[in-house]
Amino acid sequence: MRSSFKLLSASWLAAMAAFGLSSQNEARSEERLASVIEKGEYLARAGDCVACHTSPEGKLFAGGLAMPTPFGTLYTSNITPDVETGIGSWTSDDFYRTMHEGRFPDGGLIYPAMPFASYTKVSREDSDAIFAYLRTIAPVTQHNREHDLDFPYNNRSLILGWRTLFFEQGNFKPDQSKSDEWNRGAYLVEGLGHCGMCHTPINALGGNSEADAFKGGLIPMQNWYAPSLTSNKEAGLGDWSIEDITDLLQKGISHRGAVYGPMADVVYNSLQYLNDADTRAMAVYLKSIAQDSPKPATSRLPHAESSLLLSLGKSVYDRECAVCHGANGQGEPPHYPPLAGNQSIQMDSAVNAIRMVLNGGFPPGTFGNPMPYGMPPFSITLSDDEVAAVVSYIRTSWGNSGAPISAAEANRLRSAPLQ
Amino acid sequence: MNLSNLALGLCCILLLAGASRVSASDDAQREMAKRLEACTPCHGAAGKGTDDPYFPRLAGKPAGYLYNQLLAFRSGRRKYPPMNYLLHFLPDTYLRQIAEHYASQSPPLPAPDPSDVSAAILAEGEKLALAGDAERGLPACVSCHGAFLTGQKPGIPGLLGLRASYISAQLGGWRYGTRTANAPDCMQVVAGNLSEDDVRALSAWLASRPAPANRDPEPEGTFELPLTCGSQVMEGHQ
Repeated sequence: MRSSFKLLSASWLAAMAAFGLSSQNEARSEERLASVIEKGEYLARAGDCVACHTSPEGKLFAGGLAMPTPFGTLYTSNITPDVETGIGSWTSDDFYRTMHEGRFPDGGLIYPAMPFASYTKVSREDSDAIFAYLRTIAPVTQHNREHDLDFPYNNRSLILGWRTLFFEQGNFKPDQSKSDEWNRGAYLVEGLGHCGMCHTPINALGGNSEADAFKGGLIPMQNWYAPSLTSNKEAGLGDWSIEDITDLLQKGISHRGAVYGPMADVVYNSLQYLNDADTRAMAVYLKSIAQDSPKPATSRLPHAESSLLLSLGKSVYDRECAVCHGANGQGEPPHYPPLAGNQSIQMDSAVNAIRMVLNGGFPPGTFGNPMPYGMPPFSITLSDDEVAAVVSYIRTSWGNSGAPISAAEANRLRSAPLQ
Repeated sequence: MNLSNLALGLCCILLLAGASRVSASDDAQREMAKRLEACTPCHGAAGKGTDDPYFPRLAGKPAGYLYNQLLAFRSGRRKYPPMNYLLHFLPDTYLRQIAEHYASQSPPLPAPDPSDVSAAILAEGEKLALAGDAERGLPACVSCHGAFLTGQKPGIPGLLGLRASYISAQLGGWRYGTRTANAPDCMQVVAGNLSEDDVRALSAWLASRPAPANRDPEPEGTFELPLTCGSQVMEGHQ
C-alpha cells in the first residue's frame, strides 16, 4: 500500500515536471468546462428545450416545429450554434436575457410561447451552463420560419401589453422556512420545469395569473385538461406517497396512475432524465402544495337519465374494460392503473377520461418502463352513448365522486386533434 | 447412482431445460401481446387483420418493413392521426421489438377478397403484377415483392392478406405523395406511373390471391431489385 502510494507520488511529480504548471491549469479548466457542459445538458433536459426546438425528423435544436395557438401558428427557432441562422453569435449575456427577460439580444420581444415567465427564475449559473452546452451542438444552417399569426396578434408590440399583465421578471426566492430539498423542487417546478405553462389556467389573452398558479386548466388547441396541482380533487399529490410521485415523474407509471397526453411528452423528453435527488425534490414540493379537502361533485344530469346511463355503462365496462382494470376498478398497477379512487377520472372536467376511452394510448417508453402496456382506442367500436355511459360509470362507481357526462360531451371530443 | 441412472437424470434435466425455454418464450410472446392490446381493435389478434378493409394485416411482414413504418408513423411522415398519436412517445428499441413481434406471428390468412370487378380487369391486374409494363416504366410487382408476393427481408412487405380497398388507398397515397419512404423512394416512382385503372386492376387481383404453401418473406438478397430502394437499407434513429 505504502509503496504504491510512493510510486503514485513519484509519477505525480514526474507528470508535474513534464507538463508544467500551466498545462495543469489548462487541463483543470478543460475539466471544469466539461463538467459545466454536462450540467448544461442535464438542465436543458430539465427545461425540456428539445420538445419544442426540434421538429419531427429534424436536426437536434434546429427548430421549425409548428406550435398551433389560439392566435395563429408559431414556429420554433433554431438554437444551434450556427452563426447565420442559429444563436452562434450570441454571448452568454444574450442567452440569459432571453431566459430572464424574454427579449432577443437586440431587445426585440419574444412571444410568450417561450416559457420565459417561468425561465426568469432560472439562475445565471444554470443559464450559463445551458448556453455552454448548446455551444457544443452541431451547428445547423436552417432559417427560422416566419410565424403565421392572425391579425392583430402578428403585431409584436402587443406583447408589451401581455408582459405588463402577465410577466413578472425575477429570481427564484427560496423559502427559508422550508428544507433545501423542498426549495430545490420548487426551483425546478416553477423555473426550468415550466409546469405552470399548462397547469396554471390560461385566460382569453393567453396569460396566466400568479394568484391562480398551478390551479389547472384546459390546454388551448390540444383539448387536454391540465389538472390542478394544488387540488387533491384533481392532480394534487397531497395524499400520494413520495415513491408513487417519483415513479409517475420518472417512469411515467405508478401504483396510483399513469401519465398520458401532453404529460407523456414531458416525461418522455424531460423528466425521465432527471436524477433521483431532483425527482424526489420535485415530489416533496408537489406533495406540499396540495393540501385541500375537496368537496364531492354534483351531477349535471337528471336522475332518471343518469341511472339508465349507468346500467349501460356497467355492461360496457364489464365487456371491454374489466379484463385489465378489474371488475371493481382496482386495476393491476402499475401497468393497468386503478380507476377506483383515481383522481384523473373524477375531476369536474371529464375531458381526459373521455379522451382516454376514445383514443387509448401508451404511457411513454422510459428508462424505468421501456416496454409500456397500451390501452386500445375505443372510438371505432363504441358509440357516443356507450362512451358517455362507460365514462359516467367509472366516474361514479367504487366510491368515485365524479359526475355523469352526456353523449354530446363524448361526441365533441371525437374531433379533438390527436397530436 | 449407476451410469444409466446418471444418463437418465441428465436427459431429464436437458428436457426440462428445453421445456422451460419454450414456455419462457411463450410467456414473453403472451406478455408482448398484452402490451400491444392497443393495436388489436384495428389490426386484429396477432396482427391478423380484421373485417375492416382499411386496416392492414401485420402478421408475418418483414420486421424491417414494419419497423420503418413505425418510425414513419411516430415522426408523422406517414400520416394517420390515431397511429401518430399512439406511437409518439415510444423509443426506438421498443418499436423494433413491436416490429419483430408482429413479424414472427403467423395466424392463417383471411379468405381471398371476393372481387366485384370483371374477369378482364382481373386479367389486366395479373399481367401488370407478374410482367409489368416496361414501356411505361412499370416493373412487375413480383420483381420486388417476390414470386409468391411474400416480400423480401428486411424492408419489402408481402402483399397477401390485404383487401383491395387498402391496397388501392395505399397506391393512391404513393401516387399523390402522401405516403413516402426513405430516398430513393422506388415505390413512389412506380406508383407515379400507374393510372387509376391500373390501381383498380392491381388492387383487385392482389386481393384475390390465395395463400402459398410458404408464407415467409424471402431472405435478404434472394433476388436483385429492378430499382434501388431506400427502404431496403435499415433506417437508424436520427
